[in-house]
Amino acid sequence: MSIAVQFHQVSRHYDSVRAVDDISLEIAEGEFFSMLGPSGSGKTTSLRLIAGFEQPTSGSIRIFGQEAAGLPPNLRAVNTVFQDYALFPHMNVLDNVAYGLMLKGVPKSERHRRAEEMLELVKLGQYGSRRPSALSGGQRQRVALARALTLQPRVLLLDEPLGALDLKLREQMQTELKSLQRQLGITFVFVTHDQGEAMSMSDRVAVFNKGRIEQVAAPQVLYNQPATAFVADFVGAANVFDGPLAATLAGLEQPFAVRPERIRPAGQLDGDVVRVPGKLLDIQYLGAVSRYEVEVLGEKVVSMVLPNEHDTQAAPAVIGSAITLAWQRQAMLPLAG
Amino acid sequence: MHSDQDRAPLWLRLLAYGGIGFLFLPIAVIIIYAFNAESAGYSFPPKGFTLAWFPAAFARNDVMQAIGLSLQLALLATVLALVLGTLAAAALYRREFFGKDAITMMLILPIALPGIITGIALLSAFRLADIPSGFWTIAVGHATFCVVVIYNNVVARFRRLSYSLVEASQDLGADMFQTFRYVVLPQIATALLAGGMLAFALSFDEIIVTTFTAGNEVTLPIWMLNQLTRPRDVPITNVVAMTVMLITALPILAAYYLTRGTEDTAGSGK
Repeated sequence: MSIAVQFHQVSRHYDSVRAVDDISLEIAEGEFFSMLGPSGSGKTTSLRLIAGFEQPTSGSIRIFGQEAAGLPPNLRAVNTVFQDYALFPHMNVLDNVAYGLMLKGVPKSERHRRAEEMLELVKLGQYGSRRPSALSGGQRQRVALARALTLQPRVLLLDEPLGALDLKLREQMQTELKSLQRQLGITFVFVTHDQGEAMSMSDRVAVFNKGRIEQVAAPQVLYNQPATAFVADFVGAANVFDGPLAATLAGLEQPFAVRPERIRPAGQLDGDVVRVPGKLLDIQYLGAVSRYEVEVLGEKVVSMVLPNEHDTQAAPAVIGSAITLAWQRQAMLPLAG
Repeated sequence: MHSDQDRAPLWLRLLAYGGIGFLFLPIAVIIIYAFNAESAGYSFPPKGFTLAWFPAAFARNDVMQAIGLSLQLALLATVLALVLGTLAAAALYRREFFGKDAITMMLILPIALPGIITGIALLSAFRLADIPSGFWTIAVGHATFCVVVIYNNVVARFRRLSYSLVEASQDLGADMFQTFRYVVLPQIATALLAGGMLAFALSFDEIIVTTFTAGNEVTLPIWMLNQLTRPRDVPITNVVAMTVMLITALPILAAYYLTRGTEDTAGSGK
């Protein structure tokens, strides 16, 4: 499988701000690749570097082997779905979708036929003659998707496309986007700050932090073998122990993380376990599970998540009471610095 | 039926009608006396009704030349301002650079500057450069303040325009000119129209800057000013004034109807 997008030591600096700082990565053809990180972490800038809206301060960006640094957006074989959709308000939906073909000089009947096909693909076949302002947020999102796909790009860039949708619609669109990507077989590069979204859709995820990439891996690997404390904490919840705490609790020099769902009241675990006494600070009922906030060693607050069907007898429910927590030694995720 | 409580008190209504009367009665006087049978001025009541002054006014060469010159000047100044104002707005609305505020200030200044200053400054500059006063010097003089009107209208529209529209156009393969033609221009068209109308009207009746830059040319406002010294021509002047009102009012009405209801679609499509 060939490489669709390749970053080699790419940086994008604005005066003193290092928006993207010496990033190298490879995105394979046909991959659903997510760029995940908090705002200001460099993920959107990286996407804009691929699209050509930004040019790198240094480094090389190759799209299907061809050097792209210096090329303007209109000469790149990638298309973008924008966060605010960026539909042209003075054109109807059909002309929006056909815009790229119009620029290529495709005759009107032909480009309208192909735009119709694209609208069918995103289930908006009946909406061609409407103005974007007459559509709902979810429908505009689909039009933006159809417009970006009309030119049959080999790489589709999506800049937080689901951010403005409500939860139900967002989950539905996640499923549809994923199946659309499988159906078309093209590379999707998806920017999001929502780790659940990235985890559920992606083949691989790059976790961005402060302009750098912390880890690139499949979702399962990110979750079960996070490389750094940042990844452990940002992807799912994690109790990170470092410094003297790591030494006191487990005799380790290296920091480590334990997922809240791997922690149990001491009585429920046998074998090679780490035990730590603490005081129950709070219980948060979350439906299927409850989260217990426990202060250990008088300084660190640890989260424990227990499923709600068998917790009632086993766990102490009195806030302020003493509780001993435990976790299996193999549940500890070793972290780099 | 409205109850009495819904109506403004009498004194407030009288004040409002008084204000409207103060604004429009003088204009009504002009119109009424354009049809007055007497030629010598404003005796009340009017002596009788006649349409004779209309053919008389339009038969006069000086009238037709002044109207023609002012129309040409306003058109040229507006076209210059449309191009320069749009370019300036595009250059200034998004980028931050050293001296931007100063440039913006200098651009907007001519509309705030007393016309007499602009006039003297332009006259001195043209003299210094050995440029004879005439059609082109008036047009340039008018363009200095017409640019501001276009700039202000277009920059306000640009600020409401999501820049991602431009990026989307580029992303789909458009070069700069195609993006301007197919995306930017339709978005700012109503702003250009409204600004253009205003610029046209500003130029059409401008007299102070014109006086300094006109040389021997007689624009319509200068012609009217000269008429004050010829009391026997009062009805002719009134006929011309009424015609000017129609010429300026019709495009403004047209612009109003053309731009009506487009404001809400000029945004980002959100």
